[in-house]
This record gives sequence, C-alpha cells and structure tokens, in this order.
Amino acid sequence: MEDIYRRIDTDPRFHALARARSRLGWTLSAAVLLAYFAFIFAIAFAPDWLAQPLHAGTVVTTGILAGVLVIVLCVSLTGVYIWQANRRYDGQNRAIVDDASRAP
Amino acid sequence: MKPNLLAIAMFLLFALVTLGITWWAARRTRNASDFYAAGGGITGLQNGLAIAGDYMSAASFLGIAGLVFSTGFDGLIYSIGFLVGWPLIMFLLAERLRNLGRYTFADAVSIRLQAGPVRTLSACGTLVVVAFYLIAQMVGAGKLIEVLFGLDYSVAVVVVGALMIVYVSLGGMIATTWVQLIKAVLLLGGASVMALLVLRLSGFDFGELVQRAVETHPKGLAILRPGPLVADPVSAVSLGMALMFGTAGLPHILMRFFTVPNAIEARRSVLYATIFIGYFYALIFIIGLGAILTLTGNPGYVDAAGALRGGTNMAAIHLAHVLGGDVFLGFISAVAFATILAVVSGLTLSGASAISHDLYASLFRAGRPNPQAELRVSRLATVALGVIAMLLGIAFEQQNVAYMVGLAFAIAASVNFPILFLSMYWRGLTTRGATLGGALGLLSAITLMVLGPTVWVDVLGHTSAVFPYKHPALFSMSLAFLGIWGFSVTDRSAAAERERAAFRAVFVRAQTGLGADGAASH
Repeated sequence: MEDIYRRIDTDPRFHALARARSRLGWTLSAAVLLAYFAFIFAIAFAPDWLAQPLHAGTVVTTGILAGVLVIVLCVSLTGVYIWQANRRYDGQNRAIVDDASRAP
Repeated sequence: MKPNLLAIAMFLLFALVTLGITWWAARRTRNASDFYAAGGGITGLQNGLAIAGDYMSAASFLGIAGLVFSTGFDGLIYSIGFLVGWPLIMFLLAERLRNLGRYTFADAVSIRLQAGPVRTLSACGTLVVVAFYLIAQMVGAGKLIEVLFGLDYSVAVVVVGALMIVYVSLGGMIATTWVQLIKAVLLLGGASVMALLVLRLSGFDFGELVQRAVETHPKGLAILRPGPLVADPVSAVSLGMALMFGTAGLPHILMRFFTVPNAIEARRSVLYATIFIGYFYALIFIIGLGAILTLTGNPGYVDAAGALRGGTNMAAIHLAHVLGGDVFLGFISAVAFATILAVVSGLTLSGASAISHDLYASLFRAGRPNPQAELRVSRLATVALGVIAMLLGIAFEQQNVAYMVGLAFAIAASVNFPILFLSMYWRGLTTRGATLGGALGLLSAITLMVLGPTVWVDVLGHTSAVFPYKHPALFSMSLAFLGIWGFSVTDRSAAAERERAAFRAVFVRAQTGLGADGAASH
C-alpha cells in the first residue's frame, strides 16, 4: 500500500486534482464564511439597515431577505460542490488510483 | 395536568414501531462494524435523513419557534447559525473524514499521531460534549413530557433513558439510524403541514403574514430588528463561530459519516442533510410567525401578562392545537418526544463508542482487542451512560440548563474541530501539539463559560461576571489553534519528525480513498 501511495504522490495528475479540489473547497468555504459573517456583522453594526422594509408598502425587511439568501446560498453551494465532484473529480480520481495500482 | 391520551397513544405507536426495528436490528448487529457504523451499509439519502434527525433537536424545533414568538428576527439568527456549519462540513471535512476514519473521528486523527494521548483527548472531548448535550436534552425532555403527556418529571426522564438504552445497546447504529430517520420524516412532515396551515391564514402571502405578525405583536415593528440576543459584536461573532465550527466538531454527527460505504455517499449525505436542515429552519420561522398571529392575546394559551402557558417552549405546541385541534396537538407532541429520543440515542451511541473504541480497545487493549469483548464493552458503556444520563436528568431538574447546548457547541468547536481539521490539513501537526492545544481549548471553553454571565451570574448568582462575554468560542477556539500550532512547531522530538513525514501517505489516502475502511468488508 505504501508503494501505491508513493506512486500516486509522484503522479502530476494527482497533484493537479488535489489542487483543483482544494481550490474549489476553499473558494466555496470562503463564500459561505463571508456571507455568514457579513450577516452577523450587519446584525451587530447595522441593525437599522436590516430592519428597513424592502420597498414601500411591505414590512418584509432587508434582514429577512438576507437571512433567506444565506440559507439558499448554503444549500446551493453545497449542490455546486457535489456537481463538480461528480462531473470531474471522481473520474480523475479513479483513473489515478487504477493506474497506480496496476503499475509494477 | 391530566394525561393527554391521544398524544400518549401516538407516541406508543412510535415506540412500538421503533422497538420492532430494534429487534430486527439487534439480529443484524453481529460485530463492532455493525454496532458503530451499521456495517457501512447506509445509503447517502438514508444517512442524510438520519443526520437531519440527529441534528434537529426538540430544543431547536420548540426553542426557536418560541424565540420567534417572543422576539421575532432573533429566531432567524439562530436558525441560520445552525445551518451554516453544513456547507463547511461538505467542502472541507466529509470526504476526507470518511476516507480516513472507521468508527469515530479519533480514528482519523490518530492515523499518524500517537493513539494513546490523542485518543484520550478525543474521548474526553467527546464525553464532555455528550454529557452537556445529554443533560440539556434530558431535562428538556422531562419538562416537556410533563407538560405534554401529563407524566411525572422523573417518570418521563426514566422512560426516555430506558428506551434509549434499549435502542442503542441492542440495535447499535442500525437501530439508531432508523429511529433518527423515522423521526426526521415525522418532524419534517409535521412541520411542513404546520407551516402550510400558517401560510393559509394569510392567503399564502408571506408579506401578508409578516404584516399581520407585526400588527399583532405587542412589540410591533421591533420584532423585525435584531434584538437582545446578540447584544455586542464580540458576542455575535463568538456565537456565530460556536454554531458554525461546533457543528463540524459534534462527535455524534461526525460518527454518522462512517455509516456509508464511501466518500461519494458521505458527500451525498451532506447534500441531503443540508437541504433538509435548511428547509426545516425556514419552516420554523414561518411557524413562529404563525404563533404570533394566533396565540397573542388568546387567553387559552397565554396568561394575562402575555407569557405562554407552560413556558416559552410551548409556542409550536399551542400553535398545533389552534391549527388542528387535539389530534394535531397529539401528533406534534408525539413527534417532539420522538425527536428527543432520536437525539439522545445518537449522543449515547457516540459516547459509548468513545469509551469502548477509543479508550478500551485502542488504549487498554493496545489496538488489538477481542472484537466480541469490544462489542460487550460498548453495550455496557451504553447502559452505564444511559443510567448516568437519567440520574443527571433528575439531579438537574431545578437547574437552569439552557446554556449547556451552547457550551457543548463551544467545546466541540474548541477541541474536536481544531484537532480533526489540522490533522487533515496541516503537515506540521504533532501529537504534543494536538494533545496540549486541544486540552487548552477544552479547559478554556469550560472556564470562560463558568466565569461568564450565563453561569457566574445567572446560575451561581454573583452580581457581575468575571469574563464579560456570553459565548466563549471566539477565545477558546483561538487559544486551541494557537496552542496546537505553538506546541507542534516547537516539538523537535524524533517522533514528531516521523509524524510530519507520515503526512504525505495520509494526504494521499484522504484525497483518493485508497485504503479506506469500507464496504469491501461486507
């Protein structure tokens, strides 16, 4: 097993895959963190802005919309990650592991 | 209060079905893998539902609905906090965790670190989180069942404890998974019906619903402003961090990732779990608004001062009665009971695994346990934890336990999450760093919580707090990361060098899943 690990670790395709996957993971994480802490900071520093109605004639506020958007963002970015992983990473991963396991 | 027969009948039906499943699961639980991880034979969809069932506690269902009823927008802040940890688990942890671990998250951490100290610390982290979470659930359960079913507090605690012991000790993870799965379906179904009935009140117009809630609520427009919950920026950020990273460090949640055969199914579980949990917390906001509409000033449900009869947790329950009479009230009560059972079962299983797998098998048997003996120990540990949970539940009846779930999240964010995360992402992590830094996180989270306003003032009755903030996670989590980093980089021992050198192999396994313990054994 150690040999296979070493062979995979010297495969440039593996490094490209690991880099691409971690870039996607960190980008999406940063997006969620940013959205959530923006929401938290708005609560702490701009509560009046959150309490403003979206438009005249409604009481639905910026804050409610922002909250719903954070929820929608969380679910959809999770979907984006799965979609990318299914479309790209799984196949590449299988190919790398198969080649390394077959090699002498 | 007289017993609510309809609610009791519906709950008995749930208990009967789940006990039947436990009997079926017990016959399929032959070895440690079955007991801890349901043999790795759960699908992504099933696991996603079970995760949701493990995570959506009665405290969040009834508590957040009550929070929306009394303060409006603040309830939404909590709802979102409980959701945002999930995408992070997906992007950073789920696949790697499944590829590295077997039964507990400590498996993944101890792959390249020394099992002894690391598993001891992980087991401590797990047991402390489980203990606080469990006490809060037991006390909440006792009080709730007292009101809902008219049963005596101690009887209620014993019933919950006894059922949980039967599920977990006999049926292990298979039974626990199905209890959580059925509960998730019931809770999501019940909450959906409730939210639909609420929306019908305002002609399925959300704006109209908010409008009428503002007109009805004594605080008026103020319910749409962030309220007293997040008084200052530091507390707001600290609470946000505890909820976000604590979710990613809850041992009973992490354990669920080992019930699926591989990383692809682990990923799928998180997607389903995130959808169900996000949907559920959106429903609770609507349910809370519905409670404002129908319960405010309604003498059957609130007293002259405007407070809910039976306590703030009763908003959703009373609303069920307004919307659907005794039948719906009975159904929602039974669902709340089932919810408590599913959560305490997951917690107990996770605590028992820390004892039997991390402490007994890996430490006292030096990683070479007799599998049947390990299974026996985990069953005994389940019974012991169940009995302790009942005793603590009864002992804490008169105490304020509301802070305990928050403390559990803070500890999970300050101990379990940092060592798990760094073991996967940082080559430089050493045993010394993980153990000392993790211990620092554990001690500081507890100390700051005790010295802070929630315990020092509200529980112990001092006039002012030594530590000014309600939520310690910002500080304890930073201390943990700092400690882990400091004690790791200054570690010049030969063992530390070997641990750093072993990172590449672990990295390859985490990325590819090669060598992962999986469905191959089944």
